[in-house]
Amino acid sequence: MRLPHAARALRAALLFSAAALAPASAFAWPEWMRLPEQASTYAPEIDNMFHLIMWITGVIFVIVELLLVFFLWKYRHREGRVATYTHGNNRLEVIWTILPALICVMLALLSRRIWEQIKEKMPHDAVEVHVTGEQFAWNFRYPGPDGKFETADDILTLNQLHFPVGKPVIVTLTSKDVIHSFFLPEFRVKQDAVPGMKTRIWFQGNRVGQWEIACAELCGLGHFRMKGFVTVDTPADYEKWLADQAAQQAADAPKAAEAPAPPAAAPVAAPGKTEAEKGGSS
Amino acid sequence: MSTVAVPREAPHHAGVHAAPTSFIRKYVFSLDHKVIGKQYLFYALFMLVIGGLLATLVRYQLAWPGRPLPFMGKIAPDGMPGGVMLPEYYNSLFTMHATIMIFFAIMPILIGAFGNFVVPIQIGARDMAFPKLNMMSFWVAVPAAVVIIWSFFVTGGAAAGGWTSYAPLSAIQPRGQTLWLISLLILGLSSLLTAVNFLTTIINMRAPGMTFFRMPLTTWALFITALLLLLALPVLSAALIMLLFDRTLGTTFFLPAGLIVSGQPWTNAGGGQVLLWQHLFWFFGHPEVYIMILPAMGITSEILPVFARKPIFGYRAMAYSMCGIAGLGFIVWGHHMFQSGMNPILGTTFMISTMVIAVPSAIKTFNWLGTLWGGDIHFATPMLHALTFVAMFVIGGLSGVFMASTPVDIFIHDTYFIVGHIHYVLFGGSLFGAFAGLYFWYPKMFGRLMNERWGRIHWFLTFVTFNLVFFPMHFLGMRGMPRRIYDYTQYKHLHGLQGMNQMMTISLFVLGASQLILVLNFFLSMRRGAVAGPNPWHANTLEWQTASPPPHENFTGRIPTVYRGPYEYSVPGHGADFLPQNEPGGPAPARAHA
Ligand SMILES: [Cu+2]
Ligand SMILES: [Cu+2]
Repeated sequence: MRLPHAARALRAALLFSAAALAPASAFAWPEWMRLPEQASTYAPEIDNMFHLIMWITGVIFVIVELLLVFFLWKYRHREGRVATYTHGNNRLEVIWTILPALICVMLALLSRRIWEQIKEKMPHDAVEVHVTGEQFAWNFRYPGPDGKFETADDILTLNQLHFPVGKPVIVTLTSKDVIHSFFLPEFRVKQDAVPGMKTRIWFQGNRVGQWEIACAELCGLGHFRMKGFVTVDTPADYEKWLADQAAQQAADAPKAAEAPAPPAAAPVAAPGKTEAEKGGSS
Repeated sequence: MSTVAVPREAPHHAGVHAAPTSFIRKYVFSLDHKVIGKQYLFYALFMLVIGGLLATLVRYQLAWPGRPLPFMGKIAPDGMPGGVMLPEYYNSLFTMHATIMIFFAIMPILIGAFGNFVVPIQIGARDMAFPKLNMMSFWVAVPAAVVIIWSFFVTGGAAAGGWTSYAPLSAIQPRGQTLWLISLLILGLSSLLTAVNFLTTIINMRAPGMTFFRMPLTTWALFITALLLLLALPVLSAALIMLLFDRTLGTTFFLPAGLIVSGQPWTNAGGGQVLLWQHLFWFFGHPEVYIMILPAMGITSEILPVFARKPIFGYRAMAYSMCGIAGLGFIVWGHHMFQSGMNPILGTTFMISTMVIAVPSAIKTFNWLGTLWGGDIHFATPMLHALTFVAMFVIGGLSGVFMASTPVDIFIHDTYFIVGHIHYVLFGGSLFGAFAGLYFWYPKMFGRLMNERWGRIHWFLTFVTFNLVFFPMHFLGMRGMPRRIYDYTQYKHLHGLQGMNQMMTISLFVLGASQLILVLNFFLSMRRGAVAGPNPWHANTLEWQTASPPPHENFTGRIPTVYRGPYEYSVPGHGADFLPQNEPGGPAPARAHA
């Protein structure tokens, strides 16, 4: 994206001030007023944008509300007070049309750059994982030793996502039944898993650790417990984990050979019946 | 000013009819827009109570997940056996809370009640253009409410797919979803008839001299609202019918091939598009947000000048910004779908249009401030609520900028941040606007004033508790708490949030209890309130230039002639600080608008 020089300088200044202010606020504010830990490489960029908007809207908020309260106090009714007779001011109208428009366009341009990086461009040399949502679990599929998906040596896991730190991951999302949404709060990742569609997204872990995967799109009675785990390993640990999974799968192979599809792994028993049993409208 | 038309009885008074005498024709199947307006008012307030009760149950579960409520075990033994809420019942509760509040409370009170009651009198008409159609609108809305309430009692309970009812979940839900679809189809017909009626009335039945740019801003707002309804609702209806067919006739508009539900292939699947539902729904759904906020903006623009004793600042800017909203409102729907799998380049397009639509709202806010500047401000209850509208709408508008930004939306989409935002728009905005309108027009509707002291107490408690309930939602969203979630304590990263949720729920109990003050004030003032007289607020618009309540056909004798705009307050050289639209003579006419 090409911007005129002035706009580029403005952008740099704004991003800089947002970046400078964000940590300052993080130290001063209690945890419940802060965004979660940043576990992916692009989490800081999203958070900077969040904080930039927070500062801009925060300043506008304070100005507008203070003016409101000030006017209410200053022009409150008193004996003998006469209101000013005016129908408006065209110059003011122009100013407060153009100013918000400029701020909004600027925010759109800044957002566009980050959005493009995150959702439009795919990294090369990434770990590839296929993710299939179902009521109410996450199925993960790794290509296995042959590097190809949908072959016999694919590695399948339920609710367990592992990947190595420092390397981008490309996730291809879909769903068996209804829409789910693949939400990794600490990674600032959210993408709907839509039946009949394949959606590719990427992210890259910046630290080793374990976090949770939430489903963010209402998907039925068990939506709230459609939880998975994401583990970011050191490269060595990741290779070991993959090998362990492959070995375990090979041990189970006689059973699995006849059913190439991943075991449906009925989700934890729900109070009441499943969605399908209760549905049956057609 | 010399162009004022000679007073004439408009020839369009096909709707004029003799005053009915029987109880049924007068109060039940009435053709009088004022009676129909009151019918809508009671309808909406009743549904508001139901919607509010559903919300308290939702919030109870969020504050104390799984804690039993024994009396609910008796009322809803299927959904809350032994008083313990089941997840599917929780899903029904928030689905029905939103559905009822949006379609059965806020729209009827703003459009059905205030629109019907106020607009014909404000433009100097004797009734709506099509009184029978108007009656039909209301009586079609009644079965819709019956069906939606009935759906709680069918097998499987009420719809539980969210008020957005995303397919394919909504296609495989229990039977309550079918009733949800039928109810909204019926209600859509009612709203469509209302929209046609408003447009025809406002275009054709204005009093002599009532040009478009002399119309009060409430009428302007309802004009634009009717236009949005007319253009957006058919798309929703089409989507509802398609989903109904998918559920009942085996079509597959929204069902792609290969659906496997609980290990079984879904019987009718193939060829459908899941995202099609979202495009159709939000093509309606975004204008719908403006359908619910524009009338409240109009009411606020009406009340601020009256109680600041000052012309509205930038009348034309106010009208044009509403037109701008109407146009832009139809090209922003994709901002609800940034994370849906829609092409990300399209996301950028919708982000830009969404950022642009923030501008008209900003213009309106600054003009409200300009109206207060230099005023002679009286803090009567209608004014307190209108000012709260401005203060809260600012928050709802600004929080919208966060989710308009595509990258920020990745994180806050489908979290409580969105829930906080929409409640600042629809409660802080629409509902405070409705309260403002209620206190403002109550004397016109019932001939007596509501009690001012209790009105202030009600306002104060509502204002404080509203913010305690809804502001923390932004923090819940920032911590990553998803919306529509039965038990967030399942997640490690949400563990610390229970205390905040409990504070919010307790505040909601107080908020709900405070509304009893309004209910009592509303009913007791009908008998005991001070007699209002025609114009208790010393206002200029035509509804205040006739008796309270207005007689059958609104004006005794001739239709008033309009000589000036609606907000000529504190005109220099004029004795009183108000100058009604229909008063001949008066000081030199004001310039149209700077
Ligand atoms: Cu899910
Ligand atoms: Cu929208």
